[in-house]
Amino acid sequence: MANVSFTFNGESISANVPDNTLLVDFIRETLGKTGTHVGCDTSQCGACVIHINSESIKSCTMLAVMANGQDVTSIEGVSIDDEMHPMQQAFHENHGLQCGFCTPGMVMTAIELVTNNPTVSEQEIREGLEGNICRCTGYHNIVKSIQAAAKVMVEK
Amino acid sequence: MYQTKYVRATDTDDAVTKLDYEGKLLAGGMTLIPTMKQRLANPKTLIDLADCGLEGIKDLGNILKIGAMTRHVDVETSEVVAEEIPALAVLASKIGDRQVRNRGTIGGSIANNDPSACYPSAVLALDATIHTNSRDIAAHDFFVGMFETALEEDEIITAVSFPKPSTAAYSKFPNPASRYAMVGVFVAKGDTVRVAVTGAGEDGVFRHEGLETALVRSFAPEAVEAVTVSSDELISDMHAAGDFRAHLVKEMTKRAVAACS
Repeated sequence: MANVSFTFNGESISANVPDNTLLVDFIRETLGKTGTHVGCDTSQCGACVIHINSESIKSCTMLAVMANGQDVTSIEGVSIDDEMHPMQQAFHENHGLQCGFCTPGMVMTAIELVTNNPTVSEQEIREGLEGNICRCTGYHNIVKSIQAAAKVMVEK
Repeated sequence: MYQTKYVRATDTDDAVTKLDYEGKLLAGGMTLIPTMKQRLANPKTLIDLADCGLEGIKDLGNILKIGAMTRHVDVETSEVVAEEIPALAVLASKIGDRQVRNRGTIGGSIANNDPSACYPSAVLALDATIHTNSRDIAAHDFFVGMFETALEEDEIITAVSFPKPSTAAYSKFPNPASRYAMVGVFVAKGDTVRVAVTGAGEDGVFRHEGLETALVRSFAPEAVEAVTVSSDELISDMHAAGDFRAHLVKEMTKRAVAACS
């Protein structure tokens, strides 16, 4: 068994789990936060994207114990004072989701994209979403949502 | 995933003592963990190198020295790499997706020697030196075959030294799904011209003598035209037949030469 201790959505958490527990399973099953999804099991789809120290990573491709001591944020941790994050709001307003399964990962990748590059272009958004797959193929409105959110995030 | 025991090494000596024949070293884990999830690898122990202090990029005059645990995103966004060997930054920016680049490392990529990985082509074309905890290995001695390197069982890559070329460029034809190189060509011009091809060879990365000879004579995209690239010993699979890959080797070489400033 491994002790897993890190900061999760601003709070310190600690639990003992088998060493081979994937970070995504730890978040969903041990911490009970199911906003982070498992879509493919082959590290391709990006439904499990979360932030570690504000960088997007695929939580299905990391062991939980590897995150020890880090600052981990899942989709549940991005809202500000119970209000949706501007990125979530923009997805809502621009119909940036169809079935919604890929959305948590899309939003997490998008927040990193815009935070690193507030003037991100459409081309850069499309390239930046390379690690996130939408099986509904709703990319057009996802890109539109991110562009809209970027404007709001720059103003804030 | 099979059961495993996870440990963190404090330095490379510590990693060696923790490493037995059923153990594996863990760098970024971007290949190893997916492989373990598919039960294609079953290490009894995983020795994480994250705390060994192997990351960082140093400008040593004629050489750029990149620590083994330096992530692709750090090479992609490094000012000193952009200044001194911009082709390396371009190469790093084209690996996988941004989540892979946020975790994957140069040492892990080279040690794995995937026949379609990007970095081996740069290491070979720039005539780099691979530093390990016990010795220095020249690039041309390092890549032995598909997923095979000159590394001993208890040997750990600590850094890679890249001599600065007068010009270099990387051109990649990515597989549309995986983003691995279907063919990637790294061209470097310094004391001579080196052309290293990844993604195409059955034995992994290789240099192409015919292309190099033609480019020494005339360093221009047109010089590639007359060179014959044989499809013998090139990978032929569902993504691309050998003769298509042979065609891509020439095309990517032309583009890389054109991109050299």
